[in-house]
Amino acid sequence: MSFLSYLINGLSLGSVYAIIALGYTMVYGIAKMLNFAHGDVIMVGGYAALTMMLATGTNPLIAVVVAIVVCTVLGVVIERIAYRPLREAASPLAVLITAIGVSYFLQNIVLLIFGSSPKNFQSVVLLPDLKLAGGALIITGEAIVTIISCIVIMIVLTAFINKTKAGQAMLAVSEDKGAARLMGINVDRTIALTFAIGSGLAALAGVLLCSAYPSLSPYTGSMPGIKAFVAAVFGGIGSIPGAMVGGILLGIIEILGKAYISSQLADAIVFAVLIVVLLVKPTGLFGKKIQEKV
Amino acid sequence: MKKLIRFASIACASAMLFSTTAFAEGETFKIGSIGPMTGAAATYGNAVMNAIQLAVDEVNEAGGVNGAMLEFNPQDDENDAEKSVNAYNTLKDWGMQMLLGTVTSAPCIAVSAEAANDNMFLLTPSGSAVECIAAGDNAFRVCFSDPDQGTASAKYIGENKLAEKVAVIYDSSDVYSAGIYATFQAEAANQPFEIVAAEAFTADSKTDFSVQLQKAKDAGADLVYMPIYYNEASLILTQADAMGFAPKWFGVDGMDGILTVEGFDTALAEGLMLLTPFSADAQDDLTKNFVTKYEELYGEEPIQFAADAYDGVYIIKAALEKAGATPDMDASALCDALKAAMTEITVDGLTGAGMTWDETREPSKEPKAVVIQDGVYVGM
Repeated sequence: MSFLSYLINGLSLGSVYAIIALGYTMVYGIAKMLNFAHGDVIMVGGYAALTMMLATGTNPLIAVVVAIVVCTVLGVVIERIAYRPLREAASPLAVLITAIGVSYFLQNIVLLIFGSSPKNFQSVVLLPDLKLAGGALIITGEAIVTIISCIVIMIVLTAFINKTKAGQAMLAVSEDKGAARLMGINVDRTIALTFAIGSGLAALAGVLLCSAYPSLSPYTGSMPGIKAFVAAVFGGIGSIPGAMVGGILLGIIEILGKAYISSQLADAIVFAVLIVVLLVKPTGLFGKKIQEKV
Repeated sequence: MKKLIRFASIACASAMLFSTTAFAEGETFKIGSIGPMTGAAATYGNAVMNAIQLAVDEVNEAGGVNGAMLEFNPQDDENDAEKSVNAYNTLKDWGMQMLLGTVTSAPCIAVSAEAANDNMFLLTPSGSAVECIAAGDNAFRVCFSDPDQGTASAKYIGENKLAEKVAVIYDSSDVYSAGIYATFQAEAANQPFEIVAAEAFTADSKTDFSVQLQKAKDAGADLVYMPIYYNEASLILTQADAMGFAPKWFGVDGMDGILTVEGFDTALAEGLMLLTPFSADAQDDLTKNFVTKYEELYGEEPIQFAADAYDGVYIIKAALEKAGATPDMDASALCDALKAAMTEITVDGLTGAGMTWDETREPSKEPKAVVIQDGVYVGM
């Protein structure tokens, strides 16, 4: 029974990682850059929702929508101001360093506005806990909503990419930017759209994360951000199903590792798994092997 | 813009003038303190700073020390070692002669190394890690050290037969928490209870405690010992409630402050026990006077950290009087005088009667346990 309980916790945590990892992986797949500020967009989403709920006492669902809008705009603005001018820079490191800068910038702005005291986050999930087997197995409403959101997002996103014009444009840009441009695709707009979707998902992930573990500080996004990045690499960076599977596996490994091996070593286990996977399959679980044509 | 700058500089200059006229160099004892006044541990820092200010005002109203007034300068470190050392340097520039700090363990260890180099007198009100005062013979402590807390907790649980199966949840990345756990575990071997689960978390993963709680529950623990700070403890209590796990809870001084956590349902803390040398409901005159004044000034009941800090001021006062120190002495000379005086004084404070210090520079006093009932601390 406790194994089931661990498994559900792992699934729920993994689903959050998966939603965050989608943002990493889409941006990498299309813009070929690692957006290390992604984790902090999560945190901004949390604060946006919290502020809405506290300041206006609005319905949590409206707060979630506001958080998504705020983060979507933020993602597009960051891309426009910080990343786009560097896209053609000689070294890909320039934009990577900028991303780290943006990450610290966001943390410190929030630190300045809200202070460093952790805020207690009121859950946005109105679903009651599910008690099974006479109360021996409790599945929280947050876990149910997180897992369902994760599945829905994956289905919608896959359909979006395969069935819509904008999605096809994304695929084309990820294959070959130059060729896509020649075919009449607006590359800048496609990349901006990617950031918008990724950041909107980050806001959702932030709200779900804070609902499940109700503590929000300016540093809340950094560790889940890193873990989600690991999940994206684990699943094969650039691959959407890879990010989903990677995220969920990572969450389950983390929780089961904590439960059955050692709670002291939980994080070490997660990163050790990453190393092993990369040694055996350097492109990640779902990564495509790209043959360089000479 | 130019006007603004000119105005600002005039304001600065007049402020400087004002401060120098108010307290000329060498006429006051300059006491600095460093602690988290913002951030996750802000409750401690603010309690300490409030209480020091209160005590300093009291001492000054009563005529000061050796005919000189005390002057107090609080600095924020957000419970971060690096920021704490920066704050220490700021205070040195200000002309600090004694440091009544720092408040939390990890920053205190960093600062105490600096203070030992400078031969600056350091009295930490609440830094409980052993290493806080280990860097040099210039550092003393008001509160119990971690080993004392761990040992005392184990003895208390054992002697009062509070539980047979104990689970521990601690922060393995924090010197305070890990230190207490180590001595708790050592003493537990001599006590009539068994540690059935010892689960750790780290600073990077301090929001999800479902696994640790599930393991404690599966191990059949009837008491969970939490040598951790109150913020994480509030999450643990909330998550335990959600999973229907209701053992006895036992904490140490870091738990003090749990009733003030924003948005935390304090009903969940009912019955929580904690080891602390101070309880605000004690009926002696010293405590009553302190609690009344503190509530009047700051609108809340003082926690143990406030009591430690209040005692700290009176300990410094006693030591300064014993040493016959004068404010024109430099920090190092003052430190040498105070070091000798500390082992000779006996102070009756809020956190213990007849506190004394020997060459270990640790205080000797008795711990007390309190339990939370109807939202307040009640002595056990």
